[in-house]
Amino acid sequence: MSLSATLPTHDTGAGLKHQAEVMFRRKRVFACAMPLLILAYLVYAFFAFDVPGLVQRASFENAARLVSDSYSYKTHVTRDNRSGAVEVAIEGERKGTYAPGTGPEWVRFGADTTIDLGGGNIVTYGADDVRYVIPGYGTITARPGAGGVQATFPEGPLPDYVSASRNRVMITTDAGRLTITRNRTEVFKYQTGWELFFFTLDSPYHGVGPVQLVRLAVAGEGPAIWHDFWYNPMWRHGDVAWALFETVLMAFLGTFGAAVVALPLAFLAARNFTPLMIVRQAARRVFDVFRGVDALIWTVVLARAFGPGPMTGALAILLTDTGSFGKMFSEALENVDDRQIEGIRSTGAAPVQRYRFGVIPQITPVLMSQVLYFFESNTRSATVIGAITGGGIGLLLTQAMITQKDWEEVSYYIILVVLLVFAMDSFSGWLRRRLIKGDGGGH
Amino acid sequence: MADSAIPRPRQATSSATRQVIVVREAYIAQTRRKRLYSGIMLGVFVALMASGFMLADSRNAGGFWSGLHRLPDFPASVMSEAWAKRAELPENLARYFPALIETLNIAAVSTLIGTIGGTLLSMLSTRGLARWPRLIPLFRRIMDVMRAVPEIVIALVLIFVLGGGPVPAMIAIAFHTCGALGKMFSEVNENASLKPVEGLASVGANWSQRMLLGVVPQVAPNYLSYALLRFEINIRASAILGFVGAGGIGYELKNAISWGQGKYDAAAAIFLLLITTIIIVDQLSSMGRDRMTHGRKSEMMA
Repeated sequence: MSLSATLPTHDTGAGLKHQAEVMFRRKRVFACAMPLLILAYLVYAFFAFDVPGLVQRASFENAARLVSDSYSYKTHVTRDNRSGAVEVAIEGERKGTYAPGTGPEWVRFGADTTIDLGGGNIVTYGADDVRYVIPGYGTITARPGAGGVQATFPEGPLPDYVSASRNRVMITTDAGRLTITRNRTEVFKYQTGWELFFFTLDSPYHGVGPVQLVRLAVAGEGPAIWHDFWYNPMWRHGDVAWALFETVLMAFLGTFGAAVVALPLAFLAARNFTPLMIVRQAARRVFDVFRGVDALIWTVVLARAFGPGPMTGALAILLTDTGSFGKMFSEALENVDDRQIEGIRSTGAAPVQRYRFGVIPQITPVLMSQVLYFFESNTRSATVIGAITGGGIGLLLTQAMITQKDWEEVSYYIILVVLLVFAMDSFSGWLRRRLIKGDGGGH
Repeated sequence: MADSAIPRPRQATSSATRQVIVVREAYIAQTRRKRLYSGIMLGVFVALMASGFMLADSRNAGGFWSGLHRLPDFPASVMSEAWAKRAELPENLARYFPALIETLNIAAVSTLIGTIGGTLLSMLSTRGLARWPRLIPLFRRIMDVMRAVPEIVIALVLIFVLGGGPVPAMIAIAFHTCGALGKMFSEVNENASLKPVEGLASVGANWSQRMLLGVVPQVAPNYLSYALLRFEINIRASAILGFVGAGGIGYELKNAISWGQGKYDAAAAIFLLLITTIIIVDQLSSMGRDRMTHGRKSEMMA
């Protein structure tokens, strides 16, 4: 219909064709220019971010260590060359140390300590020498002593996996690593799995099979088993569960607190409820400030006043989301159907009753679904904010990462965080569907 | 209430009246029950909030009530110092401007990459458009996982491998953006008309041609509007990730704050830059989104 309005009546077919051609040309230029612009920008960013330098600096050794450490663990078998005492410790930690004279089945104690690294690799700690049998190469014998380490190798050139100096011999094979210095001889054996995940070595339930455990639990040892698992000093399941809970708590308090604060303010910012322009503008500017001052800044400011902890994180989320909710709620309020309010008014209802029965039922579904969406995404934000303010799983995650050695714990936390977010996702989806019938189904 | 005033025929069967009474009673009982339920819900909610608040308060290093009066102290000292050194403000702004640009670049590049990835993932996971319809659930799961992994996790791991700088943050945010936008986009795709796609298929267009020429023109305005919204979110995210070591303005802010008193003028300059940027981008993107939806409306009307 508007075609006749935009085109003068005297326009000929040729003019129309010309117009179409111009339009096509413009579209074609646009279609070509956009990808080129994006490409140019990405090229600029490539150099602005110094990607070539980064590739050089990147430590793929770190990456390999991270990946292998996240699904495997190493056991240290250490011999003090002065006293002759041999100690077996998982990850070299005191919490994972075997009682003296005991160890996993691949370590045999006796006059000589024999360590079977698998695949025919056998290390023997003798009284005053160390022998390492490497299949396909031969036997390396080393004598740590006052003059350093004297090592004898099989005939031929040294392979690259052996590094030997006067004071230190290191042999790194696929099966493990042997390091010999004057004072210490140490073997690392790598094994797949998360060591001591359920029980540490000092627990009587270490190494007990699941069937046997169930039997013991039925026999009345349940609380003791649970205690040993929950307070496992290496994995600290209890603390981790608490940290997860704290993260959810931050998100919960922040999101719903923000909704409670924002609702009355939203009435002030909605055109149809607040005719006074000044009040409306003031309320809107308040929302802009709360939103504009980013969660990061709120976190920093709040941490100064309240110190680190979940309360600080919750308040940071609360303040940021008050701005977002205020804006969204006031938009929802402006879209309210007036007829329903008119109807309530016609029965002689007071203003409060008009709001209660005319407005709230209309906006509740919209509001609830927005609040629940935010709750979901705030569970993720609470992880990040927790890392800054020091609360919840975010703190544990950053702590484990900063030490740069407990990558199995890092991957454990990551899995837990992802599962938590999934759980919150489906929980809030379920709640949304329960509360708001016809909310577009499974979105 | 007013039924006594309603004149009704004397001979109206009393059973009908009784029925009305029964219905009304049932309705009132239902309302009362509903009100009770919502009352209980409200009570539970208030109890949860209160106990949660107290719990969080007890776990915090400083209490809420004891810290409340200290709340203005930090902003006040920052402001007063910034005011005392107001002559240096332009210099400080200029000094931290490159860091701001870096933060914006991180957000922009990750939004771009996320948009491209999200488009691809959304096409692969929409019924009717998917290249491999059997794999739709797989691609949906992939998007869910990408959305679920918090950015900080990826950023910290990558910082360990790649070293600090903007790239880890960029990859982390782009990863998350892919999943988030992919979900949004696939909702948009559901509403796209399949006719152009079928038309293109009938002339022998391959999958990428069908998507590029048949679907993208339909959904581009909605995509752009979601991408703009994401850009806004990503600026905030990249500032936060900077704080944990990924470069940009967040990193400078962390340094300025940890230097403490005497460097608060720098912190003030950074606050100013960050807040101004967020507000400007916020306004621009909301204007752009408004125009896009509006423009589409007027086009449709024409």
